[in-house]
Amino acid sequence: MSDLKGNNKLSKSTFISFAKSLASNRLTFSVVVLLIVVVQNIITTPGFFKITIANGLISGYIPNILDEASELVIVTLGMTLVTAASGGQDISAGAIMAVAASFCGLMLNGSEYRTDVFHSPYLLALLVGLLGGALCGAFNGFLVSKLRMPPMLTSLILFTAGRSIAKQITHGQTIYIMNPVYKWLGVQIPGVPIRTTIIVSTVTVIFITLLTRLTSLGLYIQSVGINDASSRLVGLKSSVIKFLTFVLYGVLAGLAGLVGSSSVGSVNSGELGLGIEMDAILAVALGGNNLGGGKFSIAGSIIGAYTIQAITTTLYAMNVRADQLNVFKALIIIVIIVASSDVFKTKIKHFTQKIFSKNVSVGG
Amino acid sequence: MKKLFVLLLVAIVTLGLVACESPTTGTPSKSGGLITVGFAQCKADESDWRKANTNSVQQALSKENGFDLILADSNNDAAKQVSDVQGFIDQEVDYIIIAAVNVDGWDTVLKNAKDAGIPVILMDRTINASDELYECWLGSDFYGEGVKATEWMKKRFSGGTPANIVHLQGQLGASAQVGRTEALEDAITANGWTLLAQQTGDWSTDTAKEIMSSWIQQFGSDITCVYAENDNMADGAIQALEEAGMKAGGDDGVAIISFDANRAYLQMTLEGKINCNVECNPLHGPKVAEIIKTMESGGKPSKTETVEESAFFYDTITQEIIDARQY
Repeated sequence: MSDLKGNNKLSKSTFISFAKSLASNRLTFSVVVLLIVVVQNIITTPGFFKITIANGLISGYIPNILDEASELVIVTLGMTLVTAASGGQDISAGAIMAVAASFCGLMLNGSEYRTDVFHSPYLLALLVGLLGGALCGAFNGFLVSKLRMPPMLTSLILFTAGRSIAKQITHGQTIYIMNPVYKWLGVQIPGVPIRTTIIVSTVTVIFITLLTRLTSLGLYIQSVGINDASSRLVGLKSSVIKFLTFVLYGVLAGLAGLVGSSSVGSVNSGELGLGIEMDAILAVALGGNNLGGGKFSIAGSIIGAYTIQAITTTLYAMNVRADQLNVFKALIIIVIIVASSDVFKTKIKHFTQKIFSKNVSVGG
Repeated sequence: MKKLFVLLLVAIVTLGLVACESPTTGTPSKSGGLITVGFAQCKADESDWRKANTNSVQQALSKENGFDLILADSNNDAAKQVSDVQGFIDQEVDYIIIAAVNVDGWDTVLKNAKDAGIPVILMDRTINASDELYECWLGSDFYGEGVKATEWMKKRFSGGTPANIVHLQGQLGASAQVGRTEALEDAITANGWTLLAQQTGDWSTDTAKEIMSSWIQQFGSDITCVYAENDNMADGAIQALEEAGMKAGGDDGVAIISFDANRAYLQMTLEGKINCNVECNPLHGPKVAEIIKTMESGGKPSKTETVEESAFFYDTITQEIIDARQY
């Protein structure tokens, strides 16, 4: 009898420690938020989880969310690394997207504004686009790592000027790339039933995760973000690591730009990725990352990004009126941010501790 | 070394700013019997539409026609535009044309213009100010544009096909959105059509495509008509439909209504993907000249003047029509 009691006590305490570690895990919060959105959809939107095959593509609300979120996911990856290493945010993602896509569009269309003939090889044009993104990232990275300017301030330069630069590249007009091959990256490769955007974002997530896990880069980024000076003292070239994260950010934003412009078959430098940097910062915050740098969780950021897109799609599916849409979004975000604040978390912790300690004493 | 670099950077930026601050060129007023007109454009090269708009005013108010036009391009900077207009007043021009960047913040400067006895003509964009402060507003009749589209829809849906409409609105509050939405909503009530859903696509192809994909999940083949309030959003809707394997446009596809009629989208109208594309005419020049001439001869224009606009249909448009257009 007493044995049983003891076992009971043991399982309870393991449960408590499990619950505690769950509560302190940074991932828990973002997962909970995503779950709430999903559960809410089961109630309000019939057919939310229905998946059909239309026109050779797997389609439905869930594939829609995965598709629409892909640009945000890719940018969020970059934002996570930049935030971790530099303790600041780069707000030029949308502008970099426009620049990269404009380079690519210029290569493909030449001087014509609407044509279905490629003027240069497709893959080369994509590479040039990515290179454009890398250049933008290198510019930001140089200012941050060498001149020690705050990231928000340095990226303000491209945030302001980037779209004008993109407009100059495309001679001030929207470019329409009518060759169906251009849509391979943003819609579908013939014969593949999954949208390419979903494949690209998944591959990118895996690549960045491996890059930060298998190499020491992830560790270096964290240590530079936690303490720049002492990282230098132990022999890490902190400026090089910061610079690298910004270049990576540029490349990723460039990739998002190519995906985004490919999915609509045109390059509109005023419109592409407009405001995406703000969503990316929000995703990083929702993912439980410290916006002041240091430790980071890629998984958290990614879940944050999908949550943001899930909220948008949900509101569309519920036919929320256009003039109320942003109010709803703002309300949801306020709730999420308040719930993720430290003060609120400590309150919850105390509350749960009280309940558990009561239970334990009863059990004992 | 680092300091030197920063100094250099500062110097370059300052130089750049100075270079941007191009002085408003132009001769003082009443030069050689010409009518001096100050034109505060929001952003001269913003879009093909805006370019055509700027060119049209420049051509109509040329020296040969008896005008001396001073163009100030504010580059979408609201504060600069207000000071541009103040500059016109200080130069004592005869007339001022404003295509406003911002709807607000005009009271003081327009009062100054009124005190100086300079008539102000608002072009294309409306502002929040007492209508005593300006002579007239010239622009598109957005409600009228909407009516042109709904007239076509009446014909399309008279044969028994139900009119199940999804409606992509422009940026909420923009005058083009308000007019075009009102026209559709009135027609829906009058004809007993069904409005399946309504949402703002913020004039953007990408957003419109995203919303349309969601609607396709929700309504599927029930959708028989997309009413998109500009070309870009119509483009997004068409792509979403085609990716879902549904036919956009033509005689038997989902009817696509679009506005603005930019060149690329007239091409799509010719291809049959857009059924009805209502023009938003940027060629305001001749009408502006006419209004000024009226005032010169002592007449008074009406408070609201509109430019003539037409609609293009997939079954009647030709390549010649497209090639003959300026934008």
